[in-house]
Amino acid sequence: MNSAALVIHQTRFDLRGFMRDRRARFFTLVLPVIFLVIFVGVFGNDPVRSGGERVSSATYFVPGIVALGIVSASFANLVMAITAQRELGVLKRRRATPVPAWVIIAGRTLAAVLTSLLVVVVLLAIGTAAYGVALPSTTIPGVLATVVLGSVALCGVGYAVSTAITSVDSAQPVVQALVLPLYFISGVFVPASSLPLGLRDLANVFPIAHLADGLRHAFDPLTTGSGIVARDIGVLLAWAVAGLLIALWRFSWVPRGSA
Amino acid sequence: MVTKHEAATRGRTMEGRRKEGSDEVINAQGLLKRYGDLEAVSGIDLAVMRGEIFAFLGPNGAGKTTTVEILEGFRARTSGRVSVLGVDPAEGGPSWRERLGIVLQESNAEPGLTVRECLELYAGYYSKPRAVGETVALAGLDKQASMPAEKLSGGQRRRLDVALALVGDPELIFLDEPTTGFDPSARRKAWEVIDDLRSLGKTVFLTTHYMEEAERLADRIAVIAGGRIVAQGTPQSLGGRDRMAATIDFVLPQGVARSEIPSGVRELATERGGGRVAVRSESPLVHLACLARWALERGFDLPDLEVRRPTLEEVYLALTSETRKEKR
Repeated sequence: MNSAALVIHQTRFDLRGFMRDRRARFFTLVLPVIFLVIFVGVFGNDPVRSGGERVSSATYFVPGIVALGIVSASFANLVMAITAQRELGVLKRRRATPVPAWVIIAGRTLAAVLTSLLVVVVLLAIGTAAYGVALPSTTIPGVLATVVLGSVALCGVGYAVSTAITSVDSAQPVVQALVLPLYFISGVFVPASSLPLGLRDLANVFPIAHLADGLRHAFDPLTTGSGIVARDIGVLLAWAVAGLLIALWRFSWVPRGSA
Repeated sequence: MVTKHEAATRGRTMEGRRKEGSDEVINAQGLLKRYGDLEAVSGIDLAVMRGEIFAFLGPNGAGKTTTVEILEGFRARTSGRVSVLGVDPAEGGPSWRERLGIVLQESNAEPGLTVRECLELYAGYYSKPRAVGETVALAGLDKQASMPAEKLSGGQRRRLDVALALVGDPELIFLDEPTTGFDPSARRKAWEVIDDLRSLGKTVFLTTHYMEEAERLADRIAVIAGGRIVAQGTPQSLGGRDRMAATIDFVLPQGVARSEIPSGVRELATERGGGRVAVRSESPLVHLACLARWALERGFDLPDLEVRRPTLEEVYLALTSETRKEKR
C-alpha cells in the first residue's frame, strides 16, 4: 500500500468506528439538528441583524449550527477518541506495527473532514426543506474551503489539546470548557455584532469565529462571487498548518510518563 | 516518488539479507535502565536464537517489563548495547516493525470494529501481511469473526491480541503474559497456538508468571530478579535443577516414630505434620533402597511414597527469594 492508500485505509476504519459510536453520532449529527429546530423555533423566522444586513433567523442560524457540527465532528470527537485510544493502549498497540504517526493523524483528519461535509449536507437539507434557507450556488467554493480548512484546523488543535489531557474521563469536560464559551463569543448562537469589542477580538484569535463568519458570509443570500472571505480563510489556514505541525511534533502513542 | 511504505519494503529485504548467517535474533549486553535514583535493570546480558521460544521470568518489580519494553522499542535505555533483529530498538523504524509482532500485557480492542475488521485494519499496516481469514483461524476465532471486538470474552480478546500480532507475519513475536486470566482449557489451546509458531520457524520471546507454561513451551528460560539475571538455562537445568536434591515423601504408619527411621535417612528427614515425612536426597536410589529394606523388615508398606524432582516453580521461588534476601 502506498502512503495515500494507507491514509484512506485508516480513514475508512476511523469512519466505521465513528458510525458505530452512538455518542459521537449524537453529538455530531443529531444535536446540531436539535439546536437548529430549537433556535428557529424560539426566534421564529424573524429577521436578525447580521453584520449590516437583516436576514431571516434560519439563514442566520444554519451557518452557526453548521459551525457547531464541524467543531463536534472535528475537535470534540477527535479529542475524545484520541485521548481514549492513547490512554487505553489502542495507540500503543498500533505503535507495535509499521504504521507511521502521520498516517494516523492524516487518516483521522480526513475522516473528520468527510464527517464535517456530511454535517453540512444534513443541516443544509433540513434548512432548505423546512426553513427556506437557500445557498447561493456561486458560493459553494466558499462553503467548501471554509468547511475543509476549518475542519483541518480544529483537528490540529484537537491533537494539540489531547496531549494535555491525561485521562479518558477529563476529555469531555475539557472539550466543553473550551468550546462552550467560544460558541457564545464567536457568533454561533448570538450575532457577534451584539458583543463587546474586547470579546469579539478575543474570539477572532480562535478558529471557531472565522469558521462561523466564513460560513455565514457564504450562506448570505446577498453574497455575490465565490463566497470566500480572505481573512477567515487566512486565519483558518494558519491554524490548520500550525495545528498539524503541533500534532506531528507532539503526537504521543502512549500515556504520558510511560516512555 | 518513493513512499515511506516502499522504502520500508526495501529496507526489509536489505536487512533480511544482512541477517542471514547470524542466528541471534536478540542480543543485549550490559543493558541498564535507571529511573532517577532507582536502577530497574542493572546491566543484563541476553541472547535469543532464531527459532527458539525464550521465556523471561521474574517477580513483579524485578525489571521484567522494563527490559521487554526496551527490546520492543517502547522505552529508552540508560546504557548498554541492544540489538533486536540486527537493529537497535531505540532507532527501529517501520522496516524493523514489519518484522516484529507484539502482544502487550494490557491492550484494548479497536473501538467499534469487529474481529475481522480489526485484523483488516492491521493487515493494511504491513507490506506483506498474512491473509486475514487464515490469521482468524490460527487464533481460533472463526466463530467470533463478525463479533464486535469489545464483546469478546477475556480469553477470546487475548486471542485477538495474538492474532493482531501475527497478521504482519513477523519473524519475532513478543508475548507478554499471553494467558493471564485463562481457564485451564483455554490456556492449553493458547499453548498449541504458540507451539504452532515454533513449527513455523518463528522466534518467541515469552514472559509469564506460570511456571507450567514456561516448562511446557520454552526452549530456554532466563530469570530476572532485582534487575539482574539470576539464572539462565533449559527448563530442566535452570538454576542447577538437574543436579538438585530430590524429595522422598511418605506418611509414617501408625505407631512408628520418626526416630525409628534408619540412620542415613533419618538425618535428612523433616516432618511436615500429620506424620508426613520429607527426605531431601541427593542419591534417591540409595535412600529408597534403605527405606524399602526397613519397611519390609518391619512388615509395613509406605503406600503413598513419592519421589519428586524439584519443580520449576520451586527452583524459581528459591532463585527469586535469594535475591530478595540479598537486597535487604
